[in-house]
Amino acid sequence: MKREQIGLSLGLRLLAILLALLFTVMVLLLSGAPPLEAFRQIVLGAFGSYKRFTDVLVSWVPLLLVSSGLLITFTAGLWNIGIEGQITLGAIATTWALRLLQDSTFPPALSLLLATLAGMLGGAIWALLAGALKTFGGVNEIFGGLGLNFVATALTLWLIFGPWKRPGIGSMSGTEPFPQALWLPVLPGLRLSLWALVPGLLAWGMVFLLLSNTYFGLRLKAVGKNLRAAYLLGVPTWQHMMLAFLLCGALGGLAGSFQVTAVYHRLIPAISSGYGYLGLLVAMLVNFQTLWVAPVAFFFAALNLGSIQLPIVLKLDSSLSGVIQGVLVLFVLLLDGVRRRMERG
Amino acid sequence: MEDLTLLLGFAGIFAFSAPLIFAVVGETLIERAGIVNLAVNGTILLTAMAGFAVAARTGSLVLGFLVGALIGAAVAWLIAFSSITLKQSQVAIGFVLTLLTRDLAYFLGNPYMGLAGPRLPSWHFPLLKDVPFLGILFFQHDWMTYLSYLVIFLGWWWIFHTRPGLILQGIGERPAAAYARGTDVNRLRYLYSVVGGALIGLAGPIYSLSVKAGWKGTISGLDGLGWIALSITIFGGWNPLRAAFGVYLFGFLQWLGLVLQPRLPGIPSQVLQVAPFPLMILTLLLVNIGNAEWVERTLAALPDRWRHFLKRLLRALRANPPASLGVPFEPE
Repeated sequence: MKREQIGLSLGLRLLAILLALLFTVMVLLLSGAPPLEAFRQIVLGAFGSYKRFTDVLVSWVPLLLVSSGLLITFTAGLWNIGIEGQITLGAIATTWALRLLQDSTFPPALSLLLATLAGMLGGAIWALLAGALKTFGGVNEIFGGLGLNFVATALTLWLIFGPWKRPGIGSMSGTEPFPQALWLPVLPGLRLSLWALVPGLLAWGMVFLLLSNTYFGLRLKAVGKNLRAAYLLGVPTWQHMMLAFLLCGALGGLAGSFQVTAVYHRLIPAISSGYGYLGLLVAMLVNFQTLWVAPVAFFFAALNLGSIQLPIVLKLDSSLSGVIQGVLVLFVLLLDGVRRRMERG
Repeated sequence: MEDLTLLLGFAGIFAFSAPLIFAVVGETLIERAGIVNLAVNGTILLTAMAGFAVAARTGSLVLGFLVGALIGAAVAWLIAFSSITLKQSQVAIGFVLTLLTRDLAYFLGNPYMGLAGPRLPSWHFPLLKDVPFLGILFFQHDWMTYLSYLVIFLGWWWIFHTRPGLILQGIGERPAAAYARGTDVNRLRYLYSVVGGALIGLAGPIYSLSVKAGWKGTISGLDGLGWIALSITIFGGWNPLRAAFGVYLFGFLQWLGLVLQPRLPGIPSQVLQVAPFPLMILTLLLVNIGNAEWVERTLAALPDRWRHFLKRLLRALRANPPASLGVPFEPE
């Protein structure tokens, strides 16, 4: 890449951020809120104290896992919108395993390990279902995945209000919490568990190596760039797509599993918390550059955490974080299009 | 009495389905032109909120609907602009916009939550309302419901029975051939995006000003309907008549869920509410599986009698998308 091109691309990125800020300010003014105060509250909400900063890390973990996984499917040219359902199934499978194991004589560490593996398996199976619908049923992965997301939500609700309901009556607050022995250990006085953070970082690193340093990653790129050409060159295309689904689903499942073992300690109705869709935004924003996943996911997690303050302090809806994230990705995509147009002359 | 309740229930399906009819016919027009508007879900939410807010502030229903149509058209225009002029992925922009418009709806709609606002009055069709059965079923609703019948018919007539409709089919199937015959493919794609987007944008205010009057934020029960609209567009095989059948079938299933609810105490209501989604996957599978290669091969191995029957069945169900759906067109 030429020097001017790098400069142009960097300049447009900055412009995108500036435009996103401007848009957000306009939205805030439209709703009659003081923009500066709103931004201040978000920053305070995310970084106001050591505890809050570690809370950002707590929601960084699932986002990191999900976005890394999605880069695998994106590389294979797949839009894995079903990721929300894969997170949910991971949480369900983990809850199922823990329910089975909590009365056994297994040491808690072993139970947790098995439950985590079950979660990864659950997510992978749900992803393979979307993959099979695409490969063998001709159903576009976007619609198959979306449908499966809704099925996963229905399954969660049915379990919470039906077979797994709390003693007495089922409620939206979820299933009965697991005994503390089956919680992933957290740092003293905080909600952050290193047992979730470290695997999240490891997964990110492994996806980076997988995509940039292996033949598998290269073949995946070939499948994603030009399916027909890859097939003619002898790359087993549908097998690679299924494998991409499987890996992404397993990472999504792991994220869901940690939501149960490290965060909520039970199954709740909205266990996936929208991390799947947010992960898709992160993956789009980093544009196949795996290294950028971690900082971008961290920034998004900070926005999410920070905006929780808004309803409390300013009586604003916390969906402002979604507005900022969405409009940022929108302007980056639009300006990227402008840049390509300029390069074509 | 029992019969009347049943009849009124069925009649409700037609009123309740009006917004989805607008959205599905709008999306059908856009996709016929070769563009996918993936932002339907967010568009419906944002236009429902904005339509209600404007109508509540100004007291004018017309302004509420107008704002909805304008927002829908603007979102669809942005997708067309990104894909045609900026050559960006339609799916990516559509997905970002569907999330962004949804969050905008929740954020900006916060002050209007639970407010009382105007509601489209029902208006019974003179004469026709008194026809036995059909009167209650079709003609004792409000204006938007009657317009929804018209939209189905007009969409179908336009696509299949007019010259511009023929050209519309052409730019979605073989844009290069249409271009060679002197059609400005991309200009028409812009045009149909905006028109279809306006129709989608009307769906929101029909909810918030009529079918599910008011704005209740995340518990408005509108989240997800746009995705349903997108899949019914496929189910409908890009034909407004078949799509309308899909919408009414979906409405019927939802109504059935409500009716059966008290009789199935073991199943929580939230589960019945999402019951249509597995059905949606199933129908998508049915309309698509005829296109899969392995199905052809399996069929070829079957005995004749079976093969003919299954082939005919799959062909009847099959829905072929416009050949250039989602493919940008580059004039030479």
